Amino acid sequence: MTEHLNLLPLLPELTLAVGAMALLMVGVGGRADARGELVLWLSVAVLVLAGVFVAMGEGTVTLFSGSFIVDPFARLLKILALIGAGVALIMSRDFWRNDGGVKFEYPVLLLFATTGMLMMISAFDLIALYVGLELQSLALYVVAAFKRDSARSSEAGLKYFVLGALSSGMLLYGASLIYGFTGSTEFSQIANAVQPSGTNLGLIFGLVFLLTGFAFKISAVPFHMWTPDVYEGAPTPVTAFFAAAPKIAAMALFVRVVISAFPAITDQWQQIVIFLSLASMGLGAFAAIGQTNIKRLMAYSSIGHMGFALVGLAAGTEQGVQGVIVYLAIYLVMTLGTFAVILSLRRNGKMVEDIDQLAGLSRTSPLMALALAILLFSLAGIPPLAGFFAKFYVFLAAIEAKLYLLAVIGVLLSVVGAFYYLRIVKIMYFDAPVEGFEPMPRLLAVVLGAAGLLIMFFFVYPSPLVAAAGTAAKSLF
Amino acid sequence: MTVGLSHYLTVAAVVFTIGVFGIFLNRKNVIVILMSIELILLAVNINLVAFSAFHDDLVGQIFTLIVLTVAAAEAAIGLAIVVVYFRNRGTIDVAEIDHLKG
Repeated sequence: MTEHLNLLPLLPELTLAVGAMALLMVGVGGRADARGELVLWLSVAVLVLAGVFVAMGEGTVTLFSGSFIVDPFARLLKILALIGAGVALIMSRDFWRNDGGVKFEYPVLLLFATTGMLMMISAFDLIALYVGLELQSLALYVVAAFKRDSARSSEAGLKYFVLGALSSGMLLYGASLIYGFTGSTEFSQIANAVQPSGTNLGLIFGLVFLLTGFAFKISAVPFHMWTPDVYEGAPTPVTAFFAAAPKIAAMALFVRVVISAFPAITDQWQQIVIFLSLASMGLGAFAAIGQTNIKRLMAYSSIGHMGFALVGLAAGTEQGVQGVIVYLAIYLVMTLGTFAVILSLRRNGKMVEDIDQLAGLSRTSPLMALALAILLFSLAGIPPLAGFFAKFYVFLAAIEAKLYLLAVIGVLLSVVGAFYYLRIVKIMYFDAPVEGFEPMPRLLAVVLGAAGLLIMFFFVYPSPLVAAAGTAAKSLF
Repeated sequence: MTVGLSHYLTVAAVVFTIGVFGIFLNRKNVIVILMSIELILLAVNINLVAFSAFHDDLVGQIFTLIVLTVAAAEAAIGLAIVVVYFRNRGTIDVAEIDHLKG
């Protein structure tokens, strides 16, 4: 029997993989000084093309005997991951230019990492999950150590590699136990094999190990230790990329696995998610207070935000998943906008990372200060900015799932977290100005402006995102 | 006494634990950490093959082959990063990987 294999739903991944390999060839030939930027822009084009292919899909399709799924959930999160990767790539151009030219390996590695992310988002089988995750991680280890003559960057790469490999090992050990105790690697068959009554201890062990691996990837406490070091040590455009796209892919994977493969034992994983969420929100709020380096501060901020997103997942309901997706989309915009500012903090040809150096930014570059203030207020969750609605949806879902304590503690911790965002605003607006910065590169200004406007005016017309997230969440249940 | 599934699982669990402890207790050398990571992956492979034989299902062995392949790629990238690190710092002593505080 010959079955016609329809590869059309796989088109975005194929585009990225083939595009990345073709661009590797482009990078090897051509004039040495120009090819880096050429490859960068062609990579952006490949990402856009993949996004178009993702958007063209319809309905729910499974491929490769059920190990790969394309549904509205996968499509929406793939588009978010592609936006994160594309914008982070565009933002990196001026940094590399000032650093001795764009190296063509960087966009190619980002394309491979993005391919892995799309595979993670669509994975419906433990093997597909692992291969996608490793494709993403292996590319990310290399880009973290991308500035190979910098001790800080190579140390960041080494730390990320060791802890990332450990987390992959834990995840894999969990996957092997789940395979052993359910007899299958496919999520739908795992879901059939898992019974709510008399749950097997080995299976619970496997689930815990698997979730440990995911917690590493989304940098949830207590598996967050790599985040501040890697964010600080890696080159700034790499940090911007780390904070955006991989977080979305890993969170999508987390949501898909617990909702699709373990719906029968919700009360078991719910406890773990609640713990991860509380610990992340708490550490994100308190540990960021004493930070002086803005990249380290963003690391703690992203830990905290992942905690808030997990509040929605802890609810375990369709509404909760919808909240998670809305949260991720808004977090993506806020993070990219903030990193557009961090990437343009350059004085006398050197990057500035000290928060105190932002003093008086409102007088030296008022527009940049205004946009950054909007983003920081939004990160703190102050209405009517988008960040408030992101938190609103996840907390609403938690309340409706009767997780009152979690919601109350979460709101209190978001107030604590507001302190350090407001401190930056205070430094920008009320401290005596130090020297001005070099003018902001136009590409970064465009990204910052777009992010600021989206965050500012989200409340006018929120329905497209909320409705799309609703459809996506529905497809999981 | 016949060797059954639980014996294999015990061996795998012991190897896995040695691997995890190797990463956390080792204070000397990064290469030992790379070896510990390999141990963890090998423990997973023992688990998968044992379960595969137990269920009479080939998927576990396919999974093992994929894990082996990825582990090779991971070791290559890990060693490359260690070489880059050594060029910058002149040491691969674990206790001295502390320029980034935390």
